[in-house]
Amino acid sequence: MQKRSLTFYLLAAFFGLFVLFLYGPMLGIFILSLQGPEGGLTFPMKGFSFYWLGQVFQEQRVGNFVEPFLRSLFLGLVIAFLSIVVSVLAGLAFRSRFRGANAVFYLTISSLIVPSVLISLGIGIVFQVLDLSTDWFSSGLGAHLTWTVPFAFLIMLGIFNRFDPAYEEAAKDLGASDVKTFWEIIFPLILPSLFGIFILGFTLSYDEFTRTSLISGQDNTLPLEIFGMTTNVTSPALYALGTLTTLFSFTMIGIAIFAYGRMARRQQE
Amino acid sequence: MTAKSWKGLETYLLVAPQTLIFLLFLVLPILMIFLVSFWQFNGYSMVPAFTLDNYTSIFTSSVTVRTFLNTFKYVFLTWFFTLIIGYLVAYFLAFYVKDQRWQIILFLVCTVPFWTSNIIRMISWVPVLGKEGLVNQLLINLGLVQQPVEWLLYSDFAIVLGMVHLYNFFMIAPIFNSLMRIDRNLITAAQDMGASGFQTFKEIILPLSAPGIAIGSIFIVTLVMGEFVTVRMMGGGQSASVGKLIQTQIGSLQYPLAAANAVILLLVTLILVMGILRVVDIRKEL
Repeated sequence: MQKRSLTFYLLAAFFGLFVLFLYGPMLGIFILSLQGPEGGLTFPMKGFSFYWLGQVFQEQRVGNFVEPFLRSLFLGLVIAFLSIVVSVLAGLAFRSRFRGANAVFYLTISSLIVPSVLISLGIGIVFQVLDLSTDWFSSGLGAHLTWTVPFAFLIMLGIFNRFDPAYEEAAKDLGASDVKTFWEIIFPLILPSLFGIFILGFTLSYDEFTRTSLISGQDNTLPLEIFGMTTNVTSPALYALGTLTTLFSFTMIGIAIFAYGRMARRQQE
Repeated sequence: MTAKSWKGLETYLLVAPQTLIFLLFLVLPILMIFLVSFWQFNGYSMVPAFTLDNYTSIFTSSVTVRTFLNTFKYVFLTWFFTLIIGYLVAYFLAFYVKDQRWQIILFLVCTVPFWTSNIIRMISWVPVLGKEGLVNQLLINLGLVQQPVEWLLYSDFAIVLGMVHLYNFFMIAPIFNSLMRIDRNLITAAQDMGASGFQTFKEIILPLSAPGIAIGSIFIVTLVMGEFVTVRMMGGGQSASVGKLIQTQIGSLQYPLAAANAVILLLVTLILVMGILRVVDIRKEL
């Protein structure tokens, strides 16, 4: 191993500053959300309490937080589930060459590359022309899928690339049907990765804003509700809400990383 | 039915749901945007009658043209800063963190904020950059300024800062990925033959990481092109972008005009993406 050079320390210092840049502001609002009832929007901190965290759950000027949260939770779970089903099926198909594979691949990737505002505008126009009303569970659902499915699909391709076909060939040689081979051999092997995709799809949907913003209809998802609050809330309740929803995201990511690590380790044994 | 033709059909059935999703929620909406951009607007709703007025009004309005130029400015600045930051971070992780466990952990540290709410991440800049924020308190206490600096928040500076903060992950991940794929023997070989650190970087590392840079750049360009949330929240209503223009036009139900703006936005984005792909071949990376 080389001796640690000056470059190492310079780059390490830069990396440290970068992490501060990433997390510092977020840490700031965590701290400010723990102020006493007289607290304001800026430092220094005035008092210490859980007052503002509690305020989030009260029905008040701040707007309602519980219902949008439940909506986003439900939508996120549905999106995560659909993303898995769709991308696993497509991933299975992509293990063999077929005509049109390139077209499907580029179609999927292009969904990440089209500016989000076009998705929102386009779906809005389609619903308008068809005289349908936009809602978070119809047009919103479609918009979220255009964001989560490409990620799920790319991960599935990666998983099946590394997949050893010997196991399932053995199963087929023993006379198992395709469906049986999938449930008995393939599914258990890809399960840890599926769990990862599930959480990923969930958090992407849970925090999605741009694609839904123009087409959520009457009822807001949580990010839209928070966005609405930014213009008229001037108390730390906003920070408290930010803290709670960020902690929720962190918890989900933590669970995903932990569970993935465990399952992958168990499989290796 | 023979086994072979069933196999073929099975493949298409498997890929059908995903294809259907994108046909319904991606292709159809964009076709409709294109179509509606040639429709008329009668003051309260769109009318399916052909017109080029939407396009002529865009190109003859100096405000709209300036809005487009302003958007390009955000794209360029955000691209520039995410590239510098992203490359240095990815380079550090790939070549200077030798322990694989630490490499994964530090990469996750860069990744986690990406999975949290963009809105919250933007709000969190208020106590830092605001008029009474941390930066201003520091500057005043140090005696560097007498009055709080106003342009830290609700300015172009804040918009670019916000975008760099939100989107740097899209640059770091692909560059890190391409740096990790570089065969370490190549670097050793170059050093053995007497190449300096800079020569090794210029002749080996940079060309081999170009596909990662290209993928990151494509992400940044497309993300910033249609931006309106960051522009709205960090710009505080003063600054303009095409995304925000489209959003305002939809607010007043001017769908045809919004659609025409969207078509031009999409064309410019595609031209930029094609340009990047012409310079760098990314197929090996996919």
